[in-house]
Amino acid sequence: MKRRVSPSAAGLGLCSCRTCGLVSGPYTYKSLDTALCPRCLARLHSRKPGSVESCWALLIAAYVLYIPANLLPIMETGSLFEYRKDTIMSGIVHLWKSGNWGIAAIVFIASIIVPLFKMIALTLLLVSVQRKSTWWPMQRTRLYRLVDLVGRWSMLDIYVVTIMAALVQIRALATVKAGTGAIAFGAVVVLTMFAAMKFDPRLIWDPLRERSEL
Amino acid sequence: MTCQITSSLRFMSSSPAPVVACRECDLLMREISLLPGKTAVCCCCGASLYRNVPESLDRTLALALAAMMIFIIAAVYPILGIEVQGIRTSTNLIGAVRALWDQGMKVVSALVCITTILTPAVEITMLIYLLLPLRFQRVPPGAARILRIIQGITPWGMIEVFMLGVLVSIVKLNDLADLIPGVALWSFGGLTLLLAFVTSYFDPQQVWAHLDEKSAGGAAV
Repeated sequence: MKRRVSPSAAGLGLCSCRTCGLVSGPYTYKSLDTALCPRCLARLHSRKPGSVESCWALLIAAYVLYIPANLLPIMETGSLFEYRKDTIMSGIVHLWKSGNWGIAAIVFIASIIVPLFKMIALTLLLVSVQRKSTWWPMQRTRLYRLVDLVGRWSMLDIYVVTIMAALVQIRALATVKAGTGAIAFGAVVVLTMFAAMKFDPRLIWDPLRERSEL
Repeated sequence: MTCQITSSLRFMSSSPAPVVACRECDLLMREISLLPGKTAVCCCCGASLYRNVPESLDRTLALALAAMMIFIIAAVYPILGIEVQGIRTSTNLIGAVRALWDQGMKVVSALVCITTILTPAVEITMLIYLLLPLRFQRVPPGAARILRIIQGITPWGMIEVFMLGVLVSIVKLNDLADLIPGVALWSFGGLTLLLAFVTSYFDPQQVWAHLDEKSAGGAAV
């Protein structure tokens, strides 16, 4: 009999609770489908149920909405002299041209790079998990951690629009309105956050264990 | 900084040391005791498993009480005001959410409200509800459910992102008008710091263990 190099909880018929972390065995439940954690009463699953499928669904929805999020105006500014509609990108260009390079860079990273990076990274993770790849598990786990960490910062532009729209309401002189692009952009951020939560990083390691147990 | 745990092949033996499974790779390991301030990491994927934060619950409670007071100021008082040719306007957090709602952007307004008002408010209130009785050796009713909710909503509180949003707005508005920083601006700065400390001190695992002890003690009596 070959030795298992690294025993996973699932490989030994145990299940760890996603909420409280308690590891429980089959002695606490009859079947895993209806099992509840004996400590916190959360539903127990060996792996997040429907992880890959729901992650794909959320991700594809995010890809689709990413297009209107970038094409539709996110902010409409009206003043005595001009009326302009800004998309995310034109807002950044405007900031850059007015000499605020640092802020332009921050907004560019948070609003353009981060959502794109998240979606591409999740696609990569999903494809590799579906193909039961054993390729660079450590790096893929790190990638997932990074996706989880940076996702929230894309909300930046939504907050900027919120503050501007509330503050710049000086009749006849200047008004700022949120544009329809903000809805699509907010949806992209929320969808990718849900997708990242749905993805189960333990799936990255499962093929390696299966192979070592053969 | 970190201690590695070596996985045990004979974990099924009758040894009483509790086991822990890595959240990111499902490796099963035996728990070891940690020195104060140390974190246990998975020896397979490097994810952090559990921490030993000294006085975690007391510190979190103190921070949550402070955060509660600052949060009220941050939500109610004006964040920022502008002055253009003698006309002044200013806005607070609730007013900003309402302005967006009135412009017909209801979805976005709800999103902003959830991430900057509801989630932090609920999280801070629940932390106090949970930790204050525990401080006096009592378990509040529904403690397990409350702790589960806290863990579930934490990713949706985005005060620190909002803070950055305010700073970006300041730069954008600087060319347009004279800016008047409001009281809530400083409160948001403080709140960002306090909540960052809450994240670094609050250890849900420790509360779960605490609740375990309490219920076991209660059952024995």
